[in-house]
Amino acid sequence: MARTAGAAETAPTTYAWTIQAERLRVRAGRRMAVDGLHLAMGSGVHGLLGPNGAGKTTLVRALATVLRPVGGTLALLGQPVNGRVDLRKLRQVIGYLPQEFGFYPRFTVREFVEYIAWLKEMPAPEVPGAVQRAVERMGLADRADDRMKTLSGGMLRRAGIAQAIVNDPQILLLDEPTAGLDPEQRLQFRALLRELAADTCVLVSTHLVEDVVAACTDVMLMDAGRLVFRGAPADLEAAGSGPGDGDSPAERGYAAILRRHREQAEDAR
Amino acid sequence: MRDDRAGDRSGVHVPAELLDRYAVGAAGIAADALWAVEAHLESCAPCRDRLGEAVHRRSPATVVVLERVRVGLDAAVARSGRMPARRRRLPGQAVRWAAPALLPRLAMTILVVLVALGLDLADQMTEGRLPSLVLLLAPVAPLLGVTAAWSRGLDPAHELVTASPRAGLALVLRRTLAVLAVVIPVLAAAGLLAGASPARWLLPCLAFTIGALALGEVIGLHRAARGLALLWAAVVVAPSLVAAEPPVLLEPASLPGWAALTIAVAIALVVRRDAYTVLASGR
Repeated sequence: MARTAGAAETAPTTYAWTIQAERLRVRAGRRMAVDGLHLAMGSGVHGLLGPNGAGKTTLVRALATVLRPVGGTLALLGQPVNGRVDLRKLRQVIGYLPQEFGFYPRFTVREFVEYIAWLKEMPAPEVPGAVQRAVERMGLADRADDRMKTLSGGMLRRAGIAQAIVNDPQILLLDEPTAGLDPEQRLQFRALLRELAADTCVLVSTHLVEDVVAACTDVMLMDAGRLVFRGAPADLEAAGSGPGDGDSPAERGYAAILRRHREQAEDAR
Repeated sequence: MRDDRAGDRSGVHVPAELLDRYAVGAAGIAADALWAVEAHLESCAPCRDRLGEAVHRRSPATVVVLERVRVGLDAAVARSGRMPARRRRLPGQAVRWAAPALLPRLAMTILVVLVALGLDLADQMTEGRLPSLVLLLAPVAPLLGVTAAWSRGLDPAHELVTASPRAGLALVLRRTLAVLAVVIPVLAAAGLLAGASPARWLLPCLAFTIGALALGEVIGLHRAARGLALLWAAVVVAPSLVAAEPPVLLEPASLPGWAALTIAVAIALVVRRDAYTVLASGR
């Protein structure tokens, strides 16, 4: 059956960036995990790299609107995220895979994705078709009616991505989506990312440098709550031309940028 | 789906001759006419039907291709996982009201009420001097289940739920209602046997439930519920058991006070409702 594009989908956008943040500050507990971050992202796959504790998860949570920024501005789809924004409308077009993807062990994959689709306020007649599409896209069609507790780690991760894409989001936030995927599944996942990149703003937070280089149009490197590098994957590789640790050019670039940034921070102190 | 009548608005359909030419491959049709034909076909079911007939009449080669596609598609559909025509099991519907992790909590609540009822009945048969435990317990009985409505610890998918459009006070109230719908009838039945009339505990029960939700907006629902239950146990339950008298707070004279409290906490709950759309910043 043909899907007809609605007026909202074909209307021209009235904003420059899908995600835009200025001097963003977000607290995680007592710590200021995101501290004065500037960010502007449009359609495409954006890789977010950084060491553990750099504030990646906190940033993704703020973009998912589950943490309120304590300073700076954040605009999603041109709408400033503050006390007055209609969160429901905004969240209907966001897909989110949290780092700790919790699930209900007794639900089947289909029931779980249906439940999330219901939470995302999708129109009831669209839900079964959308769930089937999302599950097939993640290669889980043959396990759709199995309980989630019987799935392997990689399958759970794919079920997590399926729930994130079930509403055809305009903003897709994936926190560590490739953890637990085997090499073949990671290749499929990268293909999916490229497919989505045309009309979706996808943010993939990861610490696997090779995933970013292979599938992302754009790389961001975060350290201590700030963005320290932004460029194409090739720029990341170019940054590591000198001697250094790491097995691939991208890994050397990653290490070199972090080292340089930290030295500068030391000098400034 | 697009409204198929939309294409008829002009009242003009594709002429049969043009449709025949389109069916055999569109050669020789001017680009603008071709555009118009396709735009019309997209929105006009009767013309699509006529095109189908024209193809079968005029273009056997296309029919062969269509047949091949159909066979290929049938095979692909047979290979892929089947989509069930409709839901066969209940959980999908039930979770729209109850939090998915609710059942163990409800079972625990019912068990506690039954134990209290058992102690009450035993007391009545012997001396009958202690105040009814069911009555003392009733105001805080739903808290155990209410906690499950919004809890990171009890709900594995709490972060997903929090990030969803449906997150918010409405979802929390919906889940709370599911708890009350089970706990209050159980309490009423137990109260009937133990001589604790709902008139005495129903309003305090609501005040505690709504109060926990309101306090939960500030310090987290889990902590709020535990704090209120402990407070009730220390300030009312323990003294009244020691004094062997029913507590003054649960006498009919206190009802206006409970009503006022219920309204106050309900207002507080609504004012700070945004707290139920974000993660608690505990971490």
